[in-house]
Amino acid sequence: MTGYVTRRVLIMVLMLLVLTFAVFILFNLLPADVARLTCGKICTPQTLEANRIKLGLDQPVLMQFWYFFKGLFVGREYYGGDAPIACPAPCLGYSFQRNELVTTLIGQRLPATIWLALGAFVFWMVGGISLGIYSALRRGKWQDKSVMGVSLIGYSLPSFFLGLVMIYVVIIQLKLLPFPRYVSPFENPVQFFQAMLLPWIVLAILYAAFYMRLTRSQMLDAMGEDFIRTARAKGLPERTVIGRHALRAGLTPIVTAAGLDLAGLLGGAIITEALFSLPGIGTLALSAVVNPDQPIIVGTVLITSAFIIIANLIVDLLYAAIDPRVRLA
Amino acid sequence: MAIDVAVPSTPIPAPEVAGRSLRQLAWARFRKDRAAMTSLGVLAFLFLIAIFAPLICSWIGVDPYTFNSSAISDDGGKPVGAWGGISWQHPFGVEWGTGRDIFARLLYGLRISLMISIIATTITVVLGTFFGIVSGYAGGKTDAILGRFMDLILAFPFLLIVLALSGAFTQRITALGVPEGNASRIVYLILIFSLFGWPYLSRIIRGQVLSLREREFVESATAMGASGRRILFKEILPNLWAPILVYASLTLPTYIGAEAALSFLGVGILPPEPSFGAILADSVNYFKLVPSYLFIPGGILAILVVTFNLVGDGVRDALDPRAARS
Repeated sequence: MTGYVTRRVLIMVLMLLVLTFAVFILFNLLPADVARLTCGKICTPQTLEANRIKLGLDQPVLMQFWYFFKGLFVGREYYGGDAPIACPAPCLGYSFQRNELVTTLIGQRLPATIWLALGAFVFWMVGGISLGIYSALRRGKWQDKSVMGVSLIGYSLPSFFLGLVMIYVVIIQLKLLPFPRYVSPFENPVQFFQAMLLPWIVLAILYAAFYMRLTRSQMLDAMGEDFIRTARAKGLPERTVIGRHALRAGLTPIVTAAGLDLAGLLGGAIITEALFSLPGIGTLALSAVVNPDQPIIVGTVLITSAFIIIANLIVDLLYAAIDPRVRLA
Repeated sequence: MAIDVAVPSTPIPAPEVAGRSLRQLAWARFRKDRAAMTSLGVLAFLFLIAIFAPLICSWIGVDPYTFNSSAISDDGGKPVGAWGGISWQHPFGVEWGTGRDIFARLLYGLRISLMISIIATTITVVLGTFFGIVSGYAGGKTDAILGRFMDLILAFPFLLIVLALSGAFTQRITALGVPEGNASRIVYLILIFSLFGWPYLSRIIRGQVLSLREREFVESATAMGASGRRILFKEILPNLWAPILVYASLTLPTYIGAEAALSFLGVGILPPEPSFGAILADSVNYFKLVPSYLFIPGGILAILVVTFNLVGDGVRDALDPRAARS
């Protein structure tokens, strides 16, 4: 096991390095003029030239990569203003438009994104798995068909349309909730829940759809196995047969998918955040695209993909811990 | 004593067994799937009206770009008439403030959306199949390198990377001579969807090739001295049509949704060019007063994506009866 873990961790570190390099290439060599992408919608030639020097874009590309890379581990300094701006490690860049470190900006936006992801996660796992089991137990009956129909609509509906319909029905027509205005749960828990409820539900519907289908097919596979017949023959109550035996056997792929989906959401749910104007990573990235501010874009892409690579590792290790055959492969 | 046995002069012909190819079997199964067949009909209809959009518009006498000041009130630009000004002249009503015909805008939006997603799906499928076959058949170092490369691409969340690269990539496309604005944006969407979409298919194809290359028919082809190219394209590729077709029919609606989402966020197709996303983004300001602004375009978009998914499910069930849904 130790050998397996070491090997996987080493591969992950390598992947992170390659990722950093790839992100740098994508965002610095692909565009025709990087400085133009750091200077917002209203861009004067002066700002453009100033940004070129401040961000070191006038240097050779290899030097730029070296500064970028070094900044991640030991920090770096940006010159150009009156005083040099220190960017301590891990330095993801500096936005001269907002005069903020990218790490600070991401830090400010992380709580809303984490709350959104965790809340939606709870809703969709509970909803998706229980409906999936229910559907499998009523296989072929109308209950099964309607759950699968809901699931089809859930994974087909464009998320922003679903969100807009929710806003229209719940907020505008029925007036059940005020228009969401995000606050920290520690500041005002009631307003927090009012603001988060709809975003949680919208995201949960989108994700639960997939988990319903997955749980259903896993359950159907497991229910056909011999050990279920044995369990029933032993006279175990149906509840135990389903919960302890069938569900447990089919749980592994569900856990895997859940880990990766959660990691992806921690990088920001762009559309949901935008719809409900939540101050998360997704809306931060979006605003940096609409009003070009490349350092912020690079920072969010790097953080988000690093989350996914790390989540991949965790899921793989969990998998190996559950199923010893994986380690040998 | 001899017993007369009536010997029939002509032998009774054995009932003819019609040989049916796999394709015919799959089609027969698909035809029985009522949801998939209905969806296919709806899709065919949507395709036709998208292709003939200019003809249909000129026949009704509407146009997606013309401002109609007569269809809106002078103060504030509220459409004249109920439900956003729905009338015989304007079947889906007109836009608030400009009076542009929504029916025409949706038809043209459908055209662009289908064009982008069909081209992007085609490129995705070609790339995914090619690299999947190479990776699975070559094995060893090639497979390992391609595998890590795919891991890298898959580490970027799809929507975020499409959004994040829009500035940088569109700028490069414009610099390469594509006209600025929506032309560059359309090229960008097609390229980025394909570049970040192929590894999903590639993984599936690779797995299939890994098992196919151990089969007897490949072995016999090798023994007969067939070239690597012949084995790849004549022996292995024909066996991959099922996963390719299934994947393509499920990717297309994803791309339609992604294009709509990006245009909704203001980074895809930009006005005055019509798109579902932009029309829906615009509806947010008025849907309290005119709900049809939200429900007509949203409904059509939803129908488009749902029917594609139903056809995709149908294709999968028809080609792989073991994985049937119920």
